[in-house]
Amino acid sequence: MTSPVLEMSNVSKTFGSVKALSNVQLTLYPGEVHALMGENGAGKSTLMKVLSGAYKPDAGARILIDGKPVNITDPISSKAAGVSIIYQELALSPNLTVAQNMYLGRELHSYGVVSREKMLKDVEPVLRRLGAQFTGSTIVGTLSIANRQLVEIARALHADSRILIMDEPTTTLSSRETEGLFAMIRQLRSEGLAIVYISHRMDEVYELADRVSVLRDGTYVGTLDRDQISPDAIVRLMVGRELSSLYTKTHKPDLSDAKPVLEVENVSDGTRVRNCSIKLHAGEVVGLAGLVGAGRSELAQAIYGFRPRTTGTMRLHGREFSPDSPRASINSGVAYLTEDRRGNGLFLDMSCRDNTNTAVLKRDSKWGFVLNRRKADERARGAIKDLKVRVPGPEYPVGGLSGGNQQKVLLSRWLEIEPQVLILDEPTRGVDIGAKSEIYKIIDALAQKGVAILVISSELSEVIGIADRIVVMREGVITGEVGGATGIAPTQENIIGFATGATAPVAA
Amino acid sequence: MAGNSDNAAAADKKAAGGGVKLQGVMGALGMLPVLILVAIGFHIISGGRFFTGQNINIVFQQASVNTVLAAGMTFVILTGGIDLSVGSILAAAAMAGLITSTMPELSYLWVLVALFVGTGFGIVNGALIAGLRLPPFIVTLGSLTAVRGLARLMGGDTTIFNSDIPFAFIGNGTLTIIPGLVAIPWLAIVALLVIVASWFVLKRTVLGTHIYSVGGNEAAARLSGIKVPRIYLIVYGISGLFSGLGAVMVSTRLFAANGLQLGQAYELDAIAAVILGGTSFVGGIGSIWGTLVGALIIAVLSNGLVLIGVSDIWQYVIKGLVIIGAVALDHFRQKGSART
Repeated sequence: MTSPVLEMSNVSKTFGSVKALSNVQLTLYPGEVHALMGENGAGKSTLMKVLSGAYKPDAGARILIDGKPVNITDPISSKAAGVSIIYQELALSPNLTVAQNMYLGRELHSYGVVSREKMLKDVEPVLRRLGAQFTGSTIVGTLSIANRQLVEIARALHADSRILIMDEPTTTLSSRETEGLFAMIRQLRSEGLAIVYISHRMDEVYELADRVSVLRDGTYVGTLDRDQISPDAIVRLMVGRELSSLYTKTHKPDLSDAKPVLEVENVSDGTRVRNCSIKLHAGEVVGLAGLVGAGRSELAQAIYGFRPRTTGTMRLHGREFSPDSPRASINSGVAYLTEDRRGNGLFLDMSCRDNTNTAVLKRDSKWGFVLNRRKADERARGAIKDLKVRVPGPEYPVGGLSGGNQQKVLLSRWLEIEPQVLILDEPTRGVDIGAKSEIYKIIDALAQKGVAILVISSELSEVIGIADRIVVMREGVITGEVGGATGIAPTQENIIGFATGATAPVAA
Repeated sequence: MAGNSDNAAAADKKAAGGGVKLQGVMGALGMLPVLILVAIGFHIISGGRFFTGQNINIVFQQASVNTVLAAGMTFVILTGGIDLSVGSILAAAAMAGLITSTMPELSYLWVLVALFVGTGFGIVNGALIAGLRLPPFIVTLGSLTAVRGLARLMGGDTTIFNSDIPFAFIGNGTLTIIPGLVAIPWLAIVALLVIVASWFVLKRTVLGTHIYSVGGNEAAARLSGIKVPRIYLIVYGISGLFSGLGAVMVSTRLFAANGLQLGQAYELDAIAAVILGGTSFVGGIGSIWGTLVGALIIAVLSNGLVLIGVSDIWQYVIKGLVIIGAVALDHFRQKGSART
């Protein structure tokens, strides 16, 4: 048995009166991928920020590296101790070259003049070792997200880090890029690095992790060894109870003679979407799967009137439907939940009440312009109760809520317009497992009430779990459909087949 | 990232309930104690000459025009924009108004003309910003210069006088509340009415909520069906309208207008008042009451520094430092509000 490279114990962190971490421990061995799991707010990020020097732990924490106590007070001392962290939002300057980024803050220079040539030469071996397709002189802004991650990894290796923390690295990657990343992680593991891998995706953890440590409510719950790892075991540790079933699908769309609510025919947007046709029936949940960049969100936004349509026609309840703005769609009862709730969904500084009421303010107002505050309050309280939003009150700013509760507030905005068609773009991204299962229940209940729902998701198990049938896109084109009346089984393999082009597209 | 906001959320939850509301009030009135302390300080240093009925009226009069301009500026800054052209628009509107007032058959319409010209220039700003998606700073920097030129053109680069300008009471009259005891200058009443109207629009109407929404997250506003270009058009139009109203106030006070000098650097005082009042430069956060307090702080500073005999030159230095201090405060507020 090798000796651990890192031992953390008795780590606590208090913010004001709130204990974010309480006596947490974590042990890492060289050459292992150690998954760190827990719901949002369980303390994963806080623990990693303590390790990377962004937060100072409370007194009494013990951090040993190679058996020797180290004092991590800031990011610099953490780096010096051999720890590197790769955040979800990559910390690179897009306007600089790869080499400049790798040397950021510790540029090689002689008498203040930066030695560009030497820096370029120095980073080459690391880039070659990682099999990078770019050189040190490439401008980072021109690289894909996956390659930027590679730059971050290269930077960590270049700084001789032995502990690498990756915070949800695959969120923005396509499946192919994810595979590349996994290969890279395995290579680093075989080279003896200790990797802390934070992810919400069970299948990734199952595939990659040698051990899993679970946090819940700021406390350490336990560690599973490779042979003990199973989704059930992890979920049990994370939520502290058995989850009977993550997915809910009790609705039964009656498609016998029902006419579709929304018919989309040959819609293109001139760039990312080409001649897409899709039909949604009342009470039906249709999944829209595909790799990242396949044009799923773009198709949804073209339907919603947020992106211009260059070709195609649409019908809502048989009548022509041609929205030129989100407002027009909303007025017709078509809603779109964005995949980026913080970026273009919520008003983070505003209250839950305002966020819930955004789309119905005018409808509720007196004389078309004076706010109806009583009604707004009623709606907000109703939404908080119906969707089980955990929030102190409707006045509370939505920016202070956890991801799952933020998502419920955003969802409530669209439920208030009583939509007939609801397009959900990655409705459970960055949402903890408890809130996930609640969102699935909400989707199911909406379908039972007759709403036609289109769910875009990159998590295959999710679309398979909740959708009646799944439409698959690849490079802007709808390449296939599985489940429902298609006769093709809704399995991950079949979906990936259509999504990657491994299977020849079948005629509709 | 997530951990950070989650923890902040958890921390806030403890203090929640009434705490949130209190925070809002503190945000709006954050500068009120400063205003009171500064005023009391001047009162003491000046040997009791600050809190006299006459001096208070002078402070209100001095604050009034800036308050009106700053109210318009609040609308603009709440959307994350800026309007550098308010001083120039004020000059142009005043010129147009005074020229009209000298036409015998139209003289009574001069107020409407001034308001109309002000609103018109504001809407042009808004149209360029909303329609061509140009940065507000650039557009209004351009109109700062161009409209100033137009103002000079209008009067042939001379000063226009009109000693019988209609509605002259606005600039010089007072409204007697208690005969012989309390009389409030009309300028102050106009400014207060503007503040109350702005408060109503911002806090009690759909438009107001949409203005905060656009400033808080423009992309989300568009996706939520808010017609964002329309909001820009309206806020710059309001800023122009209030500049026109400022022109009415200044012209009735002076019985004259001059395209070159009138309203010079007024935009800076207006922006300073808004920022002092706690409205975030990024947009989405702020209140009109804060702006009123900010405008009063600037007026009290100007008045008080004169009262205690500080030289004109040092007044500039002190006012400038106060503005920087205010932006520093804005910065700390941003940090404190756990926004990522």
